[in-house]
Amino acid sequence: MNFIFSFFILSGIIVAAANGRIDIITNAAMTAAGNAVQRAITLIGIVSLWLGIARVAEESGLIDILSRLIAPLFRWLFPSIPKGHPALGCILMNLSANMLGFGNAATPFGLKAMQELQRLNDKPDTATEAMCTFLAINTSSVTIVPATLIALRASAGSKNPSEIVGSVLFATTCSTLAAIVGDIVIRSFCRRRRKF
Amino acid sequence: MTAETLGQGFSWFIPGLIFVVFLYGHMRGVRIFEVFVEGAQEGFMMAVKLIPYLIGIYVAIGIFRESGAIDILVALLSPILKVIKAPTDALLLFIVRSLSGPAALSMTMEIFDQHGPDSFIGRLASTMLGSSDTTFYIIAVYFSSVGIRKTRYAIPLGILADFASFAASVYIVRKIFL
Repeated sequence: MNFIFSFFILSGIIVAAANGRIDIITNAAMTAAGNAVQRAITLIGIVSLWLGIARVAEESGLIDILSRLIAPLFRWLFPSIPKGHPALGCILMNLSANMLGFGNAATPFGLKAMQELQRLNDKPDTATEAMCTFLAINTSSVTIVPATLIALRASAGSKNPSEIVGSVLFATTCSTLAAIVGDIVIRSFCRRRRKF
Repeated sequence: MTAETLGQGFSWFIPGLIFVVFLYGHMRGVRIFEVFVEGAQEGFMMAVKLIPYLIGIYVAIGIFRESGAIDILVALLSPILKVIKAPTDALLLFIVRSLSGPAALSMTMEIFDQHGPDSFIGRLASTMLGSSDTTFYIIAVYFSSVGIRKTRYAIPLGILADFASFAASVYIVRKIFL
């Protein structure tokens, strides 16, 4: 990220200087900084609203309900976790919160899940299979309701802010499937070689 | 079904979710207003922390675009961009997405400003942002929180999912909206 950031700024200044239009830079930088804060004000409203709703969903136990619905699938994905182990519950809560677009509510459950998974680990400095599976699903992002995104589009003046729900669902399903299939392939490959 | 009617159906999504959350919360006796305010407060702090990221990204991209440096990059990348049939902004967003969540969000907002949320690139950026996550950040935070240093195949797997999300986003947005 540091590299990209300095690359944008340095190459911009060099190109402008080479074209003899160095005055553009000052203007561009100042305008952009002002615009950023204007956008930020809108964003404050959106993020606050959504986290407020997320907190209500969490407190009322709505996220628990979703976890129970998807539980059977996850016993199949995590064969190395014993039945009824708290790790599974934390993973489910984390992914359910993510699915509803409550990313912030998800992180504490995610960290708790890692602690529980670590207890099942014989080699404390090396990742287990279950951890890799969990992170693969987590980073591939299983979103059903991309709420912040819809709100952002609305604030940017979109005529139909929710029109991207379908394409997001498609793309997120593809990436999660890729992660799950990739995980299963790598796992069986590792087992056969008995190392890694 | 056309993309239009499909999109209209989805406009029930957010109102429906809010309705269910509040109704269920009410039935379960949650002190809804107080709990909402508590969450909103957390959201407020989070959004305020995001402002410096927004300023950094807006300024960097502003300089990069206005100076004409972006045109040089587009010319250099055009062979790749032709193959994947995606605009430069999308490729840059793809790279930033897995590195920094706030930066990717800022970049998407910048794209909305420049091209509009209903442009091809605006829709593509939305889909990409919605269908992937900050892979490197999540892996780093989650593993370091329990002291794991050997991450085995977690990173390649995360990158695989990122590529799948990018390819699927380009495919589906071209299919539905073009």
